[in-house]
Amino acid sequence: MNALPFVIAAYAAAAIGIGGVLAWSWLSMRRAEKAADALRGERR
Amino acid sequence: MHRFANPARFLQLARPLTAATLLLGLALTAAGLWWGAFHAPPDYLQGESVRIMYLHVPTAWISMGSYLGLGITGIVILVWKHPLAEVALEALAPVGAVFAGVCLLTGSIWGRPTWGTWWVWDGRLTSMLVLFFLFLGVVALAGAFDERSRGARAAAVLAIVGLINLPIIKFSVEWWNTLHQSASITLRGSSIHPDMLHPLLTSAVGLGLLMAAAVLMRMRAIIAEQRIAARRARLAGDAA
Repeated sequence: MNALPFVIAAYAAAAIGIGGVLAWSWLSMRRAEKAADALRGERR
Repeated sequence: MHRFANPARFLQLARPLTAATLLLGLALTAAGLWWGAFHAPPDYLQGESVRIMYLHVPTAWISMGSYLGLGITGIVILVWKHPLAEVALEALAPVGAVFAGVCLLTGSIWGRPTWGTWWVWDGRLTSMLVLFFLFLGVVALAGAFDERSRGARAAAVLAIVGLINLPIIKFSVEWWNTLHQSASITLRGSSIHPDMLHPLLTSAVGLGLLMAAAVLMRMRAIIAEQRIAARRARLAGDAA
């Protein structure tokens, strides 16, 4: 059995999973910190 | 330890650490996987499918390690009632679930060309699947209450109870007759050739740093969300 398609599939699954969680974490952090800063500015 | 558990002090430390862990993690993961995929030799038995190991093994280690962290965080929540531990628990659980999911997926994809099957209900695979569900359970419980602290305390109990699964995963290959191979790397040494061991350890350190970066980013997001909620409540109080 040619293992190459399985190797590619495994690397793609990992890239989607780990890349996805990193992107989600980064975007949610940026969005929340931006909103917190904006609210602090509003208060002033 | 308590000195760094203050959210303001934590943020001072977390901001530079986030960038450092993310950049170093990306570089080491890319280097380790490139090394493993293109420069390490194929295995004499597994052939080319051994290249999946450079992902599968580190994600297994990291998901078990992060569950141990989740359990310790749960103890800190219940014993010391630390608000930063609640944030850590809430941040760690979904990231750990993704790493456990990637471990299960890559293992299944490796199993098809190597064992001839995507899945078997043996001790190692089943206990790893239980770990994945434990992560999801902690995520679900932490978000199941209107009051964040109550959710964190309920999730902490599950996180602590779930710790029992870690030795089951570790020793499943010794306790039961299983298709999964026994450990190749122990505290006493490794049976893996250095040509394969070095890229494996490089990608493990890189993926571990990426895990840390994701958790730090989630923690910063949750702290910012809590500050927004507190400020909105204060503004509403001032307006009333």
